[in-house]
Amino acid sequence: MTNLPKSNRRQFLKAGALLGTGLVISFVVPARITKFGESAEPDPVASFAPNAYLSIGSDGGINVLLSHVEMGQGIWTTLTMLIADELDADWKNIHVHHAPPGQPYMHTLYGLQITGGSSSTWSEFDRYRQAGATARMLLIAAGAKKFGVDPATCKTENGMVISGEQKASYGDLATLAASLPAPAKVELRPASDWKYIGKGLKRLDAPAKVNGTAKFGMDMQFPGMLTAVVAHSPVMGGTVKSFDATAAKAVPGVKAVVQIPTGVAVLADHFWAAKKGKAALKITWDAGANASFNSVTQMEKYRALAATKGLPALNKGNVESALSQGGKVIEASYDFPYLAHAPMEPMNCTVKLGADKCEIWTGTQLPGIDQAVAAKILGFKPEQVSIDTVFLGGGFGRRATPTSDFVAEAVHIAKASGKFIKMVWTREDDMQGGYYRAAFHHKLKIGVDNNGYPTAWNHSIVGQSIFEGTFLSMLVQNGIDSSSVEGIADSPYMTEVKDAYVGLHTTKLPISVLWYRSVGHTHTAFVMETIIDQLATEAGKDPLEFRRTLLKSHPRHLAALNLAAEKAGWGKALPAGHFHGIAVHESFLSFVGQVVEVSVTNGRVNVHKVTCAIDCGLAVNPDGVKAQMESGIIFGITMALYGEINFKDGKVQQTNFHNYPILRMNESPEIDVHIVASTEKMGGAGECGVPPTAPAIANAVFAATGKRIRKPPFASIT
Amino acid sequence: MVYKLKVNKKDYSVDATPDMPLLWVLRDLLGLTGTKFGCGMAQCGACTVHLEGEAVRSCVTLIARAAGKEVTTIEGLSPDSKHPLQVAWLEEDTPQCGYCQSGQIMAAAVLLRENADPTDEDIDHAMSGNICRCGTYPRIRKAIHLAAKLQKQGGTK
Amino acid sequence: MKMIKQLRSKKAIYLAGIILVTSSYTLISEEPIPQGKTYSASEKAASQKAFLAVYDVLMSPRCMNCHPKGDVPLQGDDSHLHTQGVIRGSDGHGVYAMKCTNCHQPKNTPGLNMPPGNPKWHLPPADMKMVFEGKTPRELAAQLKDPEQNGHKTMAEIVDHISHDELVLGGWNPGDGRKKPPLTHPQFEKEFRDWVKNGAVLPEK
Repeated sequence: MTNLPKSNRRQFLKAGALLGTGLVISFVVPARITKFGESAEPDPVASFAPNAYLSIGSDGGINVLLSHVEMGQGIWTTLTMLIADELDADWKNIHVHHAPPGQPYMHTLYGLQITGGSSSTWSEFDRYRQAGATARMLLIAAGAKKFGVDPATCKTENGMVISGEQKASYGDLATLAASLPAPAKVELRPASDWKYIGKGLKRLDAPAKVNGTAKFGMDMQFPGMLTAVVAHSPVMGGTVKSFDATAAKAVPGVKAVVQIPTGVAVLADHFWAAKKGKAALKITWDAGANASFNSVTQMEKYRALAATKGLPALNKGNVESALSQGGKVIEASYDFPYLAHAPMEPMNCTVKLGADKCEIWTGTQLPGIDQAVAAKILGFKPEQVSIDTVFLGGGFGRRATPTSDFVAEAVHIAKASGKFIKMVWTREDDMQGGYYRAAFHHKLKIGVDNNGYPTAWNHSIVGQSIFEGTFLSMLVQNGIDSSSVEGIADSPYMTEVKDAYVGLHTTKLPISVLWYRSVGHTHTAFVMETIIDQLATEAGKDPLEFRRTLLKSHPRHLAALNLAAEKAGWGKALPAGHFHGIAVHESFLSFVGQVVEVSVTNGRVNVHKVTCAIDCGLAVNPDGVKAQMESGIIFGITMALYGEINFKDGKVQQTNFHNYPILRMNESPEIDVHIVASTEKMGGAGECGVPPTAPAIANAVFAATGKRIRKPPFASIT
Repeated sequence: MVYKLKVNKKDYSVDATPDMPLLWVLRDLLGLTGTKFGCGMAQCGACTVHLEGEAVRSCVTLIARAAGKEVTTIEGLSPDSKHPLQVAWLEEDTPQCGYCQSGQIMAAAVLLRENADPTDEDIDHAMSGNICRCGTYPRIRKAIHLAAKLQKQGGTK
Repeated sequence: MKMIKQLRSKKAIYLAGIILVTSSYTLISEEPIPQGKTYSASEKAASQKAFLAVYDVLMSPRCMNCHPKGDVPLQGDDSHLHTQGVIRGSDGHGVYAMKCTNCHQPKNTPGLNMPPGNPKWHLPPADMKMVFEGKTPRELAAQLKDPEQNGHKTMAEIVDHISHDELVLGGWNPGDGRKKPPLTHPQFEKEFRDWVKNGAVLPEK
C-alpha cells in the first residue's frame, strides 16, 4: 500500500459530482495509510482523481479505492480488475485501498456502504468499469493535447498514452488530465476487448498475506495506545451491578479499569496484562431477563408453535383441503441450532478520541453505519468520525452488525477512559458475545401424487427475524422477514405444487441474531433439498432424475445440477462404503449444484469429495469464483457436522474451538468446481456455495445408512 | 523480569512477567504482528512460530521457555518472501482473508524441512492443527505439494 | 541418570542386575520378582486384587489417553480421539508441525481445556506402543510383565517407572478441570508393589 496524499480531497469531491453519484457531503480524506506509529504523511504527489474510485499521481502510482471491503472473498482483486480492464494500467503501479465512509461508496442498490449479500461484483460491474473508462478518456484527451493530435489517433497500453511515435505515461499526463473537463459520454469496452474480466488475475492481496505484512484490525499499534479487554456478562444481555477493580489494577501493566454499558473494560500496556486484569476483576452481574433462557426448551416451544398457522409467505390453492383428500402425505420436521460465525480474527476495534474528532481503525463490512453509531455515542457529527477499514480476518456477516456492536463498545471504552485504545475480544468473547444465525424449526406436510411428485405443501417455519428493527427493516413486509423464508416460498419446487401454504412464526427473543454466510438459505436449502430427496426415494425414483423432472422449467438450476452430476459421475460405481448425495440451490442470484461422496464408519460421517457446479452468469474472476465455492463448501461441511451454539441459563455453552469445532485439514475433502458457461444475469459467489453442501451430505448419509437427518449438526450418526 | 530473546536472528531484551506467552511478547512488545491471535489455547494454530525450529503455538508457550532460544516468525521465514512455500502459496492463490496464513505457512515449513516430498496423508498429519475458517485447505494442500517441487528444484534450502 | 543397586532387607532374594531410575536423588526400593518362589493362594489372590486396583488407575483417562490402541492419542475425561488429528510418530513425540511439545508445555497451562503440560510429554514409541486402551486386566497385566511389550523393562524397572517417572506422576497433576485417577499416587504405588510382591499374578480375565 502506498500513501494516499491529502491533496486528493479536492479531487475526490469533484469526482463525486462527475460520476453522477450525487453531491459529496460527508467526506473524509481517505485513510492516512501510513506505517503504524507514524503520524507524518509524505509530501503529496500532485494527482489526478477523475472520480472517487481512483486517482493517478504524477509519479504514475494508481490508487484504487474500494467501495467494498476485503474479507477473504477476493474483492480487492476483482474490483481492481474492473478498473484495470478499462484503464490499461500497469499492474505494478496499482495500489488498492479500502474507501472511507462516503456517499460515492454507497452500494448501488442498497443505499448504504456495505459489503454483503454476495453483491459486490455484480453491483459494481458497471460503476468500476466506468471509473476506469472515464480516467482513460481523460488521459487520452491529455495525451492528445500534449502531442497536438486528434484524440482519435491515440491508444493506451500498459500505463501509456500512445499516438504514432509519441508516447507519455499516465503519471506524466496526470496533472494535465486533472485540468480537463469530464467527458460527456463514456463508452465501455466490448467483452471481446476484455483482458482480465472472465479470465482472472492472481489475488493482489496475497503477497502481503504470505509474509506477515498484511494489516488486520488486530494489528493496529500506535505509540501511546493501550489494549482494552472487556469482561462481558456471562448471561447474554446482563449488566454490571457492582465491581471491585482493586486486584485488577494491581496487575503490572494495567493502566485503567472503566465501566461501559456492556461490561467492565481493563486497559493495559498490552493484551496479556489486560487479560490478567480482567481475570482479577470481581464483578457482580445482574443477569437480567435472560437468566432462564434455554435453547433446548426454546426449541420445544418452537415445535408447538409450528403446529399452528403462521403468517403467509406463500399461499396458493387450499392446502388443508388438498392434504385431507386421503392421498399419500409425507411429514417431517427439522430443528436448526444457533450458529456462531467464528471468523479467525476475533472482534476488535481501535479508537483514538480527540476533543472534536474520533479516529477508528477496524475491519468492518459496514463502515458507514459504524461511523454513524460512533458519532451518536460521542455526540459528534458523522464527518467528525473517520473509519479506516483494514483487512478483515473473516467476516461471514459477523462484521456487519446493525448496532455496530464491537465498534460501539470500543468507542464507549475510549469515551469512558479518555485513552487511545485497541479493544481486543478473546475467542471466548467472540464465541459468546452475541450475534448468531438464528435457531429455526420447520414442520412440513406434503401431499404427493401417484408418481410421488408433490402436489400440496404445508410448511411452517419458526424463528427470529434478523431484519426487524434494523436498517434493513424494509425487508420485512406484512410480518414476513424475507430471509426467514427465502429458498422456500420462492423455491422452484413450488412451481408445480397446486396447493401450498408457507407460514412463518417470527419469535421475539433476547438472543441477538444476524445474517450469516448464505443467511436463510443455511436452513431452508437443507429442508428443501433433503425433503425432495426423501420424496424421490419414497417414490422409488433416482434423486437426480426426480429433481430434473421437478426443475424442468428452471434451466439454470438444471444446468448446475446436471454439470455437477456429470462431473461427479452420478450413478457410477463408487468405492465400497462410499455413497453419493446431491443437492441444488439458488441463492444470491447464482445457482449451485453439488454432489458429495460420503462414507459413514463407526457412526462417523466422512466427506471424501465434493463436486460442485455454479452458474453465476459471467464469472469475472473464474478462479476467484472457484475459491469461493471451495470456501463455501468447507464452511457448509463445518455447519453440517459441527455447527451448534446452545444456551443454558442464558449462557452460551460453547467457548472456543475445542467445543465449537471447525473443519480441519484432515477432514477436508477433495473439491472439484466447475463453472457453467453462462451469459445469464450475473450473481454472487461468496455465499451460494454454502447452502447445497449440508443437504447433499445428509442425502449421502441417507444413502449410506437409511437415516434421514432432521437435526444438524450430524458428525455422528447414532 | 528481563528476558533475552533471539527473534528472526535479531537479539532483543524484553521486560515481561514469566507467565507472558511468547505470542504477546512478539506482537505487543516487539511489534511483530504477522503472528496472529486466534484462540489463546493452542486450538487454531494462527500463532504458530518456530522455537528452535519447532512449530510451537506461541499463545501457550511462555516467554520463560523461549528465552535464550531461536525464534522465527513469519516475518523471518525468508529474507525476501521467496521461501518455496511463499512462492507456492501465491502461485495457488491460497490466502483468502489471510488471517490464519502465517501460522499455516510456519507449520508447513516444518513439514517441508522434515519431509521433502510429503504425501496428502503427511500434510494431514502436519497441518490439522491449523484452522482456516475460509476453507483454504485444498489450496494449502496444493501449495505444499508445489513448494516441495520448488524446494527440490532449488536445492535444499 | 545413575544406576543404583540396592538390596532389600525384608526379602532374601533380590534382583540381579542394575536398576534404572529417573532421578539420581531418589533412593528406590525395588520389588524384585522372586525367582522360583511359590506363592500361597492368599498371596495370589492379594496379587490379583491389587492389580485390579492398579488397572482402574491405568485405564483412567490420565494414563490410558497416552496409551491408545491406535496412533492417535486420546483426550479429555471422555477419552475422545485427540482433535487436530495428532499422531504418535515413530518416537512417540508427534510429527512435523504437530509434535506434542508444540502445545504441551513443561507445566500445565492454566485454565479449563488448556493443554496439560509435562517436561516429558509424549506417547510410547511406534515400535513399543504399550497399549492400555481396550485391554482386559489380564491382558494388561501380562503386557506389563513382558519385556517385549513393556519397553524392555524388568519388573523392578516397571515398579520404579510407575513410582517415580515424571510423566506418570503428571497423571496426578492433570491440569484444571481434569479428573485425577481413582487412587492417589501413593495408593497406586502401594497396590502396584503389592501386586508384584505377591507374585505379579495375572487376574483371571
